Order: sequence, then C-alpha cells, then structure tokens
Amino acid sequence: MSALTFAGGIHPAYHKDRTSGLAVQAIPAPQEVIIPLSQHIGAPAKACVEPGAAVKVGQMIAESGGFVSAPVHSSVSGTMKAIEPRPGPMGVPVLCAIIENDGTDAAEDTAGTADWKTASVADLRQKIQSCGVVGMGGATFPTHVKLSPPPNKPIDTVILNGAECEPFLTADHRIMLEHTAAMVEGLQIITRILDAKHAVVGIEVNKPDALDAVRSACASTDIRVVPLQIKYPQGGEKQLISAVLRREVPSGGLPMDVGVVVQNAGTARAVQQAVTAGRPLYERILTVTGSAVPEPGNFLVRIGTPVATLLTHCGVSADRMGRLILGGPMMGFAQRHADVPVTKGTSGILAFLETESAILPPMACIRCGRCVRACPMRLVPSQIAACCDHRLFSHARAADAMDCMECGSCAHECPSRIPLVQKIRLVKAEILAARRKTA
Amino acid sequence: MDRTLIISSSPHAHSGVTTPRIMWTVVGALLPAAAFSVYLFGLAALTVLAATVVFCVVAEGLAGLAFGKPLTLKDGSAVLTGLILAMTLPPGLPLWICAVGAFAAIVVAKSVFGGLGQNPFNPAMTGRVFLLIAFPGPMTRWPVPSGTGDTLFGAPVSAIDAAGAAVPAGSAGVDAITAATPLGLLSEQGARAVDTLSSGIEIYLGQINGSLGETSGILLLVGGLFLMARRIISWHIPFAFLGTMALFAGITHAVNPERYADIPFHLFTGGAIIGAFFMATDYVTSPLFNRGRILFGAGCGVLTMVIRLWGGYPEGVSFAVLLMNACVPMINNITAPKKFGLQPSAAQGGGHA
Repeated sequence: MSALTFAGGIHPAYHKDRTSGLAVQAIPAPQEVIIPLSQHIGAPAKACVEPGAAVKVGQMIAESGGFVSAPVHSSVSGTMKAIEPRPGPMGVPVLCAIIENDGTDAAEDTAGTADWKTASVADLRQKIQSCGVVGMGGATFPTHVKLSPPPNKPIDTVILNGAECEPFLTADHRIMLEHTAAMVEGLQIITRILDAKHAVVGIEVNKPDALDAVRSACASTDIRVVPLQIKYPQGGEKQLISAVLRREVPSGGLPMDVGVVVQNAGTARAVQQAVTAGRPLYERILTVTGSAVPEPGNFLVRIGTPVATLLTHCGVSADRMGRLILGGPMMGFAQRHADVPVTKGTSGILAFLETESAILPPMACIRCGRCVRACPMRLVPSQIAACCDHRLFSHARAADAMDCMECGSCAHECPSRIPLVQKIRLVKAEILAARRKTA
Repeated sequence: MDRTLIISSSPHAHSGVTTPRIMWTVVGALLPAAAFSVYLFGLAALTVLAATVVFCVVAEGLAGLAFGKPLTLKDGSAVLTGLILAMTLPPGLPLWICAVGAFAAIVVAKSVFGGLGQNPFNPAMTGRVFLLIAFPGPMTRWPVPSGTGDTLFGAPVSAIDAAGAAVPAGSAGVDAITAATPLGLLSEQGARAVDTLSSGIEIYLGQINGSLGETSGILLLVGGLFLMARRIISWHIPFAFLGTMALFAGITHAVNPERYADIPFHLFTGGAIIGAFFMATDYVTSPLFNRGRILFGAGCGVLTMVIRLWGGYPEGVSFAVLLMNACVPMINNITAPKKFGLQPSAAQGGGHA
C-alpha cells in the first residue's frame, strides 16, 4: 500500500534521528511540582484541596469546572504548600498547586473497569473524565467531550494519529513502539465508546519500526494501519482525515461532521490507563532535544515538573541556550525562562543554542507563491498578511482567514521571512474581537 | 535559569530558502549562457553585460535614496534584472543606451511602484521594450559571431542581410559585421530563407547572431532545468509557454512550410527559451497559482507566435510577456483554488450513510 497524504504541506528538516532510537526513561519526581489548574481547553479546574493538606499520587486536587473541563491530579505524594499564580507555558501567569514531594510516592487507591467490553459506555466516559484525560498532542481538548458527539453526528471511523509530523518530536514514536498494546487497547475502547465501525492508525513512513509494531499488534483485530507520507502537517486533524479517508471536513466544521474522531497516540494510551487501571493522567512521555541539549532523550515525566529540572537532567547549560520551546518548532510556544512546569499538553521541550536563535528581519514579498503551495487549507497567506498590514480585517475575513489552522507552513517557507501566520493570528484575533462587539 | 530567552510566535523553524538565495541562484543559472555570449561576441558582449548590471545596481541604490527606502542591494534583484536585461540587448550596444535601459527597468518599472515585489511589469522586459521603441536602429544592429567568417547559415553574409548590405558593427569597435537575425530573416523573407537552419547544429549551440541571451538555447535550457530541479521555478510557465509555441509552429508549418518555419527553429531562435525559463517565470509579475501559471505561459506562447508570424516585429517574446503581465491580476482571480472544506469530495457523506 502506498503512503497516503493530503494536498499542500511542507517538508521541514525533521531532526528526529537524535532521539527516535532512545527508549523512554523515567525521570525521578522533583522535590516540588507546580501543577497548573488549567491544563486544557475549557473552564479551569477548581481546587479541592486546601494548602497544608497531605496529598497522594493520583489524588484529585482540582475538580472539573464544567462539562468542557478536566480535573487535575497530584503527580507526587506530599504536602500541598500553596495555590498561587505562577508563570504559565502560554506566557501568562496561571493558578498552580505547589506540592512538596515527600518522596514516598504513596498512591491513591484506584480501580479500573473490570471488563470494558461489557461495561456501559457512560461508565467508560465517566472514567476517562474523572481521570482528567485530555488530548496529549498539544491541543489539550478534554477527551470525554470528544467522545460525546451529539446523536445527530454518528461516528463511523476513529483515526489514531501516529503521524507525529512536528520536527524534533519522537515521544509518540516511542509510545507506538514501547506501549503498543496499551495504545491499541485504548483505540479499541475509544472505538467502542463511539460505536464506530472502523478504526484506523495513521503513521508516517519515517517510523517503519512503529508501523511494524502497530501492524503486528493489530493483526488479530480489524484495525487498519495505514502508512502516511512524510509531510507537515500530516498530523493535523483535517489533513489526516483527508489523507486516510479522502473526506474534507467542511469549513468551520469539526471532524465529527464527516463522521470521524481523531485521537493522538499518547491520548489512546492515557485512555487505556484510565479505563483499565483507573489511573489518572499525572505523568506523560515527552521529548527533550534541540541543538542546546547535549543529552537528548524521551522521558516519562510527572506533570508539574519544572522545565528547568529536565533541562538540567539533559545537561543543558543555561548560558548557551538562546531559545526554549514547549511543543514542536512549528506550533510550539517559546518561553521567556525555564521556570514553567510540564503540563498534560507538553509534547516536547526544545532548547536551541543562542547562535541559532536570531530573528532575521523580513524582506519584501516577491509573490513567489510558496506560501500558497504550502497552505494545507488552500488559502493565500500572503494576501491575508497584506490585509493585516493595511488593517483591512473584513477583507481578510473574506479571504477566509478564519479557516487558517495556524500550522505555520507559510511562514516556514516564506523566502522573505515574512511572519505570515503570525499576521494571520493577529487578523483572526481582530475578527473575533469585532464579532464579539457586534454580538 | 534567570536569563531572558528570545521569544517569538511560532513557527520557530525556517526552510532556509531566502529571497537573496533565490535571486543569486537565478543569476548563477544565467551565467553559462552569458559566458558563452562573451565567447561568441568578445568584448562587445562583456561590456554590455557588465555595464548593464552596474547601471542597474546604481539605479537601485539611487532610487532607494531618492524614495527614502532602505537599501536592498544585497537581495540580488537588481543584479538579476541587469543581467536579464543585458541578455536581451545586442552585443556592442552603446553603453549610454544600456544606462537608459537600466534606468527604465529599475526606476520606471520597479521603484516608482514601490520597489521589489510591487511592480506589475517585468522590469527587464520593460527596459528592453523601452529601448526597442526609443532606439530602433542600435537595438536591431546584430553583429555576426566571431568564427563564422563572412558566411552565415551557409550563405554569404551580405546576401542574407535584411538591410541589404553588411555594415561594420558600430561603437564597440569590434571587427564584426552585422546581419539580420534568423527571426529577422524569417519575418522578411519567409521560411524559405531559413529552412536549412534547423537541420544544422548552430542554432542549438547558439552560433547565431542575436541578443546576448538569445544565442545559446542549450545553455539556457540547462540553466532553466537547473532552476526547476532546485525548485526555484515550476514547470508550469516554461512548459506551457514553449509547448504552446511548438503547437502553434507545428500547425502553421504544416499548413504552409514555404512561409512558416518549423518547431525547432521557433523554439531555438530569438528569446523563446530565455523568455520561457527566466522572464515569464519572474515571481512578482507572474500568477500565484499553478493553474494560472499554465494559462499565463500559454498566453505568452500564443502572443509570441502571433507577433513573430504576423506582427511588425520579428520577435515578440518581450511584448508577449509584458502583455501577459498585465493579465496577472485577472488570471489570479479566476484561478484561485477553492479552500479546504468547500470542495465536494468522493467519499463525502460516507459518515452519514
């Protein structure tokens, strides 16, 4: 079977070789964890443990703030020291629970669902919700919400996203290799909850070992494993659906509008742990790499571990580091300093040398059309960016700025280094602001 | 970890392909053909090449100062414009005319519109057409390449000179004589006068007279294919351009071989190859979308052939490119792709079955 793909997209330098062959190592829990109470899209969780109280590993410390929300659990055992705002990974302070680790790893009693194949779907959803499972590819949308489509949107296919198209990141690759069975079981649980007829795993062909492992794990199931071409953003939901099923999610719509739910490889594993062991999401696998990292690797990390602790573990010298990114280089977030914690959505930590970190000034647009060919949504990024320059926001809306998914392919390709996607983000914010004003 | 790091909005990676690198690569792709013209025409070619490039760079610098814009000389675009313009000029053209052409190309066609990226018309083509109209005499005085002696295309030069007699090539003082270009001959005397040409190897190698860059079809083709391999240009414009010309030439030649020349003649004489690979593909003045690029290339091909066969000028590439430049906004409008999620797809609705 030849590898599938979508139209548009780019071929960035992947830089995965340094870490793709390295087995996941567990990082010892730090002395103190900083656990943000909002690690997901939706309402922040509400703290439910007073400062000074003792907490165990896996104990809920903040409860769900609504349906589109997720509870937060302690990743260590010890004492809740404070609940206070701390620097967050998105650049603004967030309310965090500060927990001192007593080093005993005393765990909360948990119980899984005895047999998920016969348990009620509502129970399974409830389990996933109470364990605080969110999308672990970076978007952190609460998983139980994604698994509760309205009755008029039947789901016929679940796609497990094993593309891992962001350069540098290899955490999903390792999950597919080292936790194959758990991940596949997670996919089966998701498929059962959604009552979907088909389940598909899409994996980019630069991970042949993962393709083999998942294929043999799925041999006795009716799960289809499809190779995907190496292209960014192959792992974007709409692009993945287009590649695997040749269905286009309508403009402004969601995957469920074409009968599909997409879940990330790490999320499927978290679902399996939540359902079969009742284990809350308090640790995750991520990649630490980049030119400023002498000892890169894939690590199992407690949520709330300061990024600085991980960088020290990997031998990063602070004075040589010029840039620090949480997530991948295409859509990740640059950090002002390393005193931010790892959250449920942290798929990677990239540290780059100062010598590689300069931001070069943009030049004039030469209308080469590279952004047009790169755009997986078939927009004209240069045109929308020009609307931004001239503050013609209604023109930008007419040019479908709101369909931009901010993958950054346009800015990656622009030979004049024009911050195209950055300008489109600005345009989108202005359009949303105008919409709120008139509403 | 108290040092402040560089922060910026994603993406934090770049392809490494930059505008200056693109410009200099195109310059590099033109150099073999430029070097061949120096081999053919000697100092008469070298002075035109060097002077036009220098004049263009100076014009760019002065225009930047005059319009209060940051100097953009390092992006290589002025050098490229100068080189392409020079390739469209006859060897031995008086240098002051080169300067006028450079001024027209850089200042009139580009800077007054706002500089790089803002010009609707190809600067080099504008410069050439300006000179062709302003100085028709010097712009159509074609020295014969050295080494061909006093015969060209197997006939004595004087016999085939459209002007009637061989004249010493002017200002550069080279010991060359001038003669009509193959296209000039075709225009004046019909295909009969040139029908031995395509069977010889000279027109492919470029041992013919004409503008600097009109001569070596093979070297220009190599440069153009190199740009394609480096993904600087796509196949759409050059293939549509040359393909349409070939189709046009094939049909007219089949209808009346006495009057109309054959396909190889049309493709390898005049500015067809340099036009298709280096001029029509100018990013700024060509369409954004691939479908539009095919339309644009085909339009250039048709207009070139119409001018060559029935127009007042023997060659029409530069006029064709400029006319199609004017159509680019319209072509962009009619060829814009439908955005993702608006196109019905085959399996759509499968989810609702």
